[in-house]
Amino acid sequence: MTDRFPGYDVLLKRNTLSWNEATRRAIDARLSVHPGPRFFSSDEWKTLRALCGRIIPQPADRPPVPIAAYIDEKMFANRVDGYRFAQMLPQGEAWKAALAALDAAARERRKLPFHELPPADQDVMISLMAENRLVGPLWRGMPSQLFFARRVLHDVVNAYYSHPTAWSEIGWGGPASPRGYVRLDADRRDPWEAVEAHPEEEQDRARAENRHVV
Amino acid sequence: MSFEDHVGDAFAEPRARGGRAPDVFTPGGYVPMRQYDDDEEVDFAIVGTGAGGGTLLCRLAEKGFTAIGFDAGPFFRPLEDFASDETEQTKLYWTGNRIVEGNDWLIMGAKNSGRAVGGSTVHFAMVSLRFRPEWFKARSKMGYGADWPLDWREMWRYYEEAEQALAISGPIDYPWGPKRPRYPYRAHPVNAAGMVLARGAEALGMAWSPTPLATVSAPRGKSPPCVYRGFCRFGCSTNAKQSALIVWIPRAMAAGAEVRDLAMVGRIETDRRGLATGVHYRREGQWRFQRARNVVVAGYAVETPRLLLMSANDRFPDGLANSSGLVGKNLMTQPNQAVFGEVDEEIRWYKAPPSTTVTEHWNYDDNKDFHGGYCWMAQGPLPIEWATVLTGSRGLWGAALREEMTKYNHMVGVKMVGEAMADERNRVTLDEEKDDDGLPIARIHYAWTQNDEALIRHALDQMELSMKAAGVRNTFRQEQDANHLGGTARMGDDPRASVVDADCRSWDIGNLWVCDGSVFPTVGGVNPSLTIQAVALRTADRIEQLAKRGELCRRA
Repeated sequence: MTDRFPGYDVLLKRNTLSWNEATRRAIDARLSVHPGPRFFSSDEWKTLRALCGRIIPQPADRPPVPIAAYIDEKMFANRVDGYRFAQMLPQGEAWKAALAALDAAARERRKLPFHELPPADQDVMISLMAENRLVGPLWRGMPSQLFFARRVLHDVVNAYYSHPTAWSEIGWGGPASPRGYVRLDADRRDPWEAVEAHPEEEQDRARAENRHVV
Repeated sequence: MSFEDHVGDAFAEPRARGGRAPDVFTPGGYVPMRQYDDDEEVDFAIVGTGAGGGTLLCRLAEKGFTAIGFDAGPFFRPLEDFASDETEQTKLYWTGNRIVEGNDWLIMGAKNSGRAVGGSTVHFAMVSLRFRPEWFKARSKMGYGADWPLDWREMWRYYEEAEQALAISGPIDYPWGPKRPRYPYRAHPVNAAGMVLARGAEALGMAWSPTPLATVSAPRGKSPPCVYRGFCRFGCSTNAKQSALIVWIPRAMAAGAEVRDLAMVGRIETDRRGLATGVHYRREGQWRFQRARNVVVAGYAVETPRLLLMSANDRFPDGLANSSGLVGKNLMTQPNQAVFGEVDEEIRWYKAPPSTTVTEHWNYDDNKDFHGGYCWMAQGPLPIEWATVLTGSRGLWGAALREEMTKYNHMVGVKMVGEAMADERNRVTLDEEKDDDGLPIARIHYAWTQNDEALIRHALDQMELSMKAAGVRNTFRQEQDANHLGGTARMGDDPRASVVDADCRSWDIGNLWVCDGSVFPTVGGVNPSLTIQAVALRTADRIEQLAKRGELCRRA
């Protein structure tokens, strides 16, 4: 994957006017999340980590995002979303049931636990889940498609894109209080916004400029 | 004093007590607040402090009524409590469980809910539009839905009052509808994302306008001008946004109203004559009872019917104000579909309020083969919301998702706010499951009607045409999304076909009122907050008039 914003690190702005104290507290806590697992069993944890690794393969050149730890923390604290589909179990139960079901399906079809499958085979299993083709009593009445779309994608995406690594990767300005922004027109960048390396340009120039984006 | 010294946890314990309440403009600050004893019979106990309840609380207090506003959520000071962060700021939402079902389930707990003093105005997108006049008589004039028992000309005056109170920033000339005065504050600059909407509208021969917004474009009192952080929907940490928390609540308390934060009302009590006597509420783990001469329910379209239904008793076995059987029914949301795509320029749509431009073209053009209208607005989703669009609308995951996300700064889009039709099958009922307060949670059934589906198809086609005409590449549709709510305690002229009258007073119980989006018989094709506040302003005036004439309920 090309790095569109080489060298851009949104965390360099931590001590600038773009971050108020409430933001620093929130992001500091996020970066020191409990490594887990406190909610999941060790078997569930292995499956979960493997699953997260395929839903969002981690970047090689930036600090990894502890996606599974965020999900474990959310389930441990029972922080719910404000709704639950009638066919779905409560979020923690749903995760435990589905991880067991996914692992069982892997063992049945490929004779290996899910987390030991090669990535390509893990992707096949995930696609089966997404297409509602994983069924059976272990799913406890939950359509696997619904679980995938509304639990897996929801929790994994919310975890990954809540982390500064993901913000830097997409060139987002990140926290912006109280400084905000001045230049609102197209192709106009405030000095505290990421520089994009256009494909035809040198990555090095953008990398050098991004060191000064604070 | 260092920051940590005065920052408390707004969730840990109530902040509005001991004769004082948070000063929303000062970190750690307080303002004096009048307080009432539970045994002291106040004129009004208002359940909910958002666009409906907050506005009404303020105006009733200013008219000399004694009033308490209850809110289940905390009393924030934005300057010290609000982070610039999508995840942290979910603390503004009503995230207690609801069961959702039906063909087009409603995603609850985020943009369509609030749980804080100020309600969902703390995180709304600030879009402040008036209804098209004909919508107040949708049945008679447009042939669908139901008539409001209100006259648009009267509402026009209350819209103006609301716009002044909120110092709406908007254009000098608004392109649609009857003439209106110029907005109190100048329009905000149009950001790059807003310009793409303008380009697309012009290419199709449609008018567009800078969006009238409830965030100030110049200093106002203790509110500094907007600095275009782009986190509007996650709480404004600078107080530029003119939310109920910033505008109505301080005014209410200055006029003698009390606000009770972290106070969940679970039941309205009625006496043997069938009148409301007060509310049971839970605060600091204790169930208490506040006496009141009038009770106003202002919890929005899910919590309002939930409370009325939870308050069922021997005399009112189907819930309060429910002789029509309509409490909880005719739930409406608003279609919120979108078309997105990619451009060469760096748009960086995270800057400025999410919608700096709007076109109401299809709210005012009736050359359509379905009922209702819609507008569309420029967009500026932050990363989590944007990733959710990509997974939900395009099924992306894995490396493909991460790769697509890196185009974030080049994406643009427009999103509709449309008019859904009322249908009694779309409704809020009580589930068997209980929440942490021991109260039954809401069960919400929703499915689009055929008319809704036709309207959504039309809007998606039109939005896609406009995006392509604006030079946007690789466009795609977000086919499923919904936002604002309404309809579960509709107002009307006929007690058999409505829950409240034009004054928001329930037909069945003369001292029980509903004042929020629940009273909408139709939702129109614009964001509802300005109309909710205009109706609340009118309700306050009507209550004052009724009181002067001795037509408020009296108790022995």
